[in-house]
Amino acid sequence: MKMFATAVVLATLAATAPALSQVASAPSALDENNPWPALKADLFGDRTIIQTNDLVTLEAPGRAEDAAIVPVTVKIPASVGPIKSLTIVVDKNPAPIAATFTFGPAAGAGDRMISTRLRFDAYSDLRAIVETADGSLLMATRFVKAAGGCSAPNLKDADEALANLGRTQVRSLAAVDGAPENRIGLVMVRHPNYSGMQINQETGYYIPAKYVTAMDVSRGGVRVFKLDAGISLSADPNIRFTFANATDSQLAVSIGDSDGNVFTAQSAPSGS
Amino acid sequence: MVEPFAQGRTKPRNPLGGRMTPPSRRAFLTGCSAAMTMWNTATRAAGSPSLTLVPVAEGLFVSPGRHELFTPQNRGHISNITVIIGDESVAVVDTGGSAAIGRGLIEAVKAVTDRPIGYVINTHMHPDHVFGNAPLTDGKAEFVGHAKLPRALAARAERYLTANRDSLGPVAFEGTRIIPPTRLVADTLQIDLGGRTLRLDARKTAHTDNDLTVWDEKTKTLILGDLLFAGHVPTLDGSIKGWLALLDVLEREPAARAIPGHGPPVMAWPEALAAERSYLIAVAEGVRQTIKSGGTLSDAVATVAPANPDGWLLFDDFHARNVSAAFAELEWE
Repeated sequence: MKMFATAVVLATLAATAPALSQVASAPSALDENNPWPALKADLFGDRTIIQTNDLVTLEAPGRAEDAAIVPVTVKIPASVGPIKSLTIVVDKNPAPIAATFTFGPAAGAGDRMISTRLRFDAYSDLRAIVETADGSLLMATRFVKAAGGCSAPNLKDADEALANLGRTQVRSLAAVDGAPENRIGLVMVRHPNYSGMQINQETGYYIPAKYVTAMDVSRGGVRVFKLDAGISLSADPNIRFTFANATDSQLAVSIGDSDGNVFTAQSAPSGS
Repeated sequence: MVEPFAQGRTKPRNPLGGRMTPPSRRAFLTGCSAAMTMWNTATRAAGSPSLTLVPVAEGLFVSPGRHELFTPQNRGHISNITVIIGDESVAVVDTGGSAAIGRGLIEAVKAVTDRPIGYVINTHMHPDHVFGNAPLTDGKAEFVGHAKLPRALAARAERYLTANRDSLGPVAFEGTRIIPPTRLVADTLQIDLGGRTLRLDARKTAHTDNDLTVWDEKTKTLILGDLLFAGHVPTLDGSIKGWLALLDVLEREPAARAIPGHGPPVMAWPEALAAERSYLIAVAEGVRQTIKSGGTLSDAVATVAPANPDGWLLFDDFHARNVSAAFAELEWE
């Protein structure tokens, strides 16, 4: 019920404020069983989306072990060429747009990869939509069986989670096997990422949403990607990604949350 | 209708690879079978499942749960329930996974003693240990738990009730409610049952963040809840580092015997810990290896001890999730 209440609010906003939500055509009525047409209209208007599970690869477990921490990996092969953005959508989540990555000059070419962990509130289609530099939209889709992950307190130890809030690590890992032009980077931040759907254990009221909203990762001052995130990212947000190798592969990250906190970190000067 | 050892379809193997029968189980089968037969016929009440109480020490009984997931047939009696009888009152440790099991427990206790149930002790938040609480609110029992138990239950109440209503079905689920503890243990608490003292210890995060152990001074029996699994694969919902560290502490308890949350009614101490410890170490070391070599959570789930070499029961239901939880914890080391 909460899920649809939120979804209806989103749909209403979209209907009344098309300028703000970039709706290019009238949004179709929200269908609870198939939210994608309305979401697609909100995100991409009437642009053509090429459905492909080959050009863009989307990896996720068919049935997740833990709905609050579902590993998701998107692979973009060299053949796709330069890309502008990647949008990850969980159709049936209360806030379906889990993450939007906007890539910068240091994102690299060749075979690319982005990996993170998401919450699933219900069995849902998961989508990865890549926008190429020439404006094509490529979408890979996968059905994931996992439910209850948005309201689940996936924090095993509630006290420890809050005590460590904001602890951030960024690492520049090894070069990619067989593709030395890229390295692998990793950003991790300790954050409960409260979805607004979890209960405060002491008061019995819902905990206000408090989550990581943005992340900006750069290599030597050149942007790798900027991320706009929603409540579908798991607690302790974790992003693994490829980026262009360079003599100085030091990474820096700046992370913002919905309370206005900013957390920053840098990797060791020359890798790892 | 719970057969004490119906769950023992596969025996756990020791870390060296040879088959072994837990000594406690062997001792039990040879030493207590007459008493067990006596209790098999102990209890039956209209609308309540019959619970078998197995005597494991003087005035101390265990109703063993099956190594299963929640089903309408087992009514959520999938973990061990302990009954401790003093001169004045009785303590029950955990209450099974449904109100029906709670009612059966009340009948089973009446069949072995005329003392009233004075204390309902919950070892942690999981539904198979607390969902039988509701019928016990009719008496005068105090509900006792870890100081963090009310918060943990409240945070999960809706999800626990929904999930287990679905898996138990409406008949077995009927009357099941969440009853939080009224007396909280932040550190340690002594309970007097009349000529019998229990010591309750709140533990640091291990199986969950609200694990409580019970020590029966009279018989030197250590009741561990889900800090001890045998046969049934351990399940991690707290901290793998905390759990392994706690095992080192628990091992020094001068117990004559231990009662696991899942496993036979009674086990030899401290040998009972060996299989669980080696499982947790294998998971932790495997996950650390994956992290060290730059692997992902998915890599760990795919590669860490996937073959169940030790023959744990319910391995396919819980192992991958354990690895996933361990990874999310250990990647911050």
